[in-house]
Amino acid sequence: MEIDLERANQQAIEKIQGGNPILKGIGIAGEVVPGMDEKLILHAGPPVDWENMSGPTRGAVIGALIYEGLAAGATEAEELAASGEIKFEPWHEHNGVGPMAGVATSSMPVWIVENTQFNTEAYCTFNEGLGKVLRYGAYAPEVIDHLKWMETELAPILKETLANLDKPLNLKSLIAEALEMGDETHNRNRAATSLLYRKLTPALLETSFKTEQKKQVLEFIDSNDHFFLNLSMPAAKAMIMAAENIDGCSIVTTVARNGTETGIRVSGLGDRWFTAPAPVPEGLLFSGYSKEDSCADIGDSTITETVGLGAFSMAASPAIVKFVGGSVEDAFNFTRKMYEICDAESENFKVAPLDFRGAPTGINLLKICELGITPQINTGIAHKDPGIGQIGAGLVQAPMECFEKALEAFVEKYAE
Amino acid sequence: MSDLNGLFEQKIQVINLGLPAFYKDLQHQEIPVVQVDWNPPARGNKKLQSLLGKLKK
Repeated sequence: MEIDLERANQQAIEKIQGGNPILKGIGIAGEVVPGMDEKLILHAGPPVDWENMSGPTRGAVIGALIYEGLAAGATEAEELAASGEIKFEPWHEHNGVGPMAGVATSSMPVWIVENTQFNTEAYCTFNEGLGKVLRYGAYAPEVIDHLKWMETELAPILKETLANLDKPLNLKSLIAEALEMGDETHNRNRAATSLLYRKLTPALLETSFKTEQKKQVLEFIDSNDHFFLNLSMPAAKAMIMAAENIDGCSIVTTVARNGTETGIRVSGLGDRWFTAPAPVPEGLLFSGYSKEDSCADIGDSTITETVGLGAFSMAASPAIVKFVGGSVEDAFNFTRKMYEICDAESENFKVAPLDFRGAPTGINLLKICELGITPQINTGIAHKDPGIGQIGAGLVQAPMECFEKALEAFVEKYAE
Repeated sequence: MSDLNGLFEQKIQVINLGLPAFYKDLQHQEIPVVQVDWNPPARGNKKLQSLLGKLKK
């Protein structure tokens, strides 16, 4: 097949740069996510069956089945999950993303983010906070109760809040501002969450709910520095979706992990996954845990890196090393190194400590293979067993094997 | 050869390409040295080099 590689990649870069993700609204997954149904469970990363699922993903599936009322307890949920009656599919194949285990079912509320420039729409559930939460594989009664509160109180209140805004929130502007305030909007979302809080509060106060209910929502957002993560992820997804499926394009459009495997997808290779065993992140663990307790790399949050955020913008977020480990110099070097495997510098997301240089954007498969440099990732770390939750945060690199397999397929499609 | 001998009679300043071990050895000897992070294409992986070559035809 005759291809103009450079032109194809340039087209993808223009799509990423021109993206304009806005917060369109809130819906119920079963009503708004394409292909969603009551017997489908969406998860992070590439496809995986029940038998090969990591502990946190299994735990989250158990919790989700209990949450949906499809199982009364863990044993019944495990039997149902293994029965073949429940389907498991990646969020990425349904225009969405899920942090950590990323498990979502039809009753869960989701953010709806629209890229108004290119008419793409992406989805993500709400962030539950840190500690014992479903996305880290915890499924205790209080985890389920919290999810129910999110469905019955948080979502309706925020939905009315968004309807009260004069115009939809522009997530690209908000992320750009947060970067200047020391976030990289993957593992540090403190500034972005604060900005969101400022934008939402006046509109939230005007909703028809009781003062106590509004107070609870505001306190929840205020107590959760990661609240914005579940918006930066679908914003990134809506942006990169515009660059998917371009013939001859070697830009990486997905990097995702399910705790068992890391998978990537490349624009010119469509929806095909290229996978390798997921590595275990190195990082800072909570007291009482060791690396042996850690689950392998997990979550769709690496979607942020595909548009230049996360570890690619770590130089903008030196304080993040207190959470994920490493030194401030490391944070600078990660960003510097990622320029080598990217085709562009972001016109939207600027790295202030590098004299406002645009974040490295547009990961090029061919550069990765030529230089032997794989995308840097920063990440939360889940316990390897279901039901426990988060045990730390750290750093990891996407495995080279994914990219080698993708290169082989790319050459087969375009050079032979 | 005489030129080369002359080189070692001067104060040496080194730019080291690739293997960091050489850089570290010189650093230990307090010789001014700059490290350049360089690798052969595809880090010497012949299969990847061949695949990349097919796209550059």
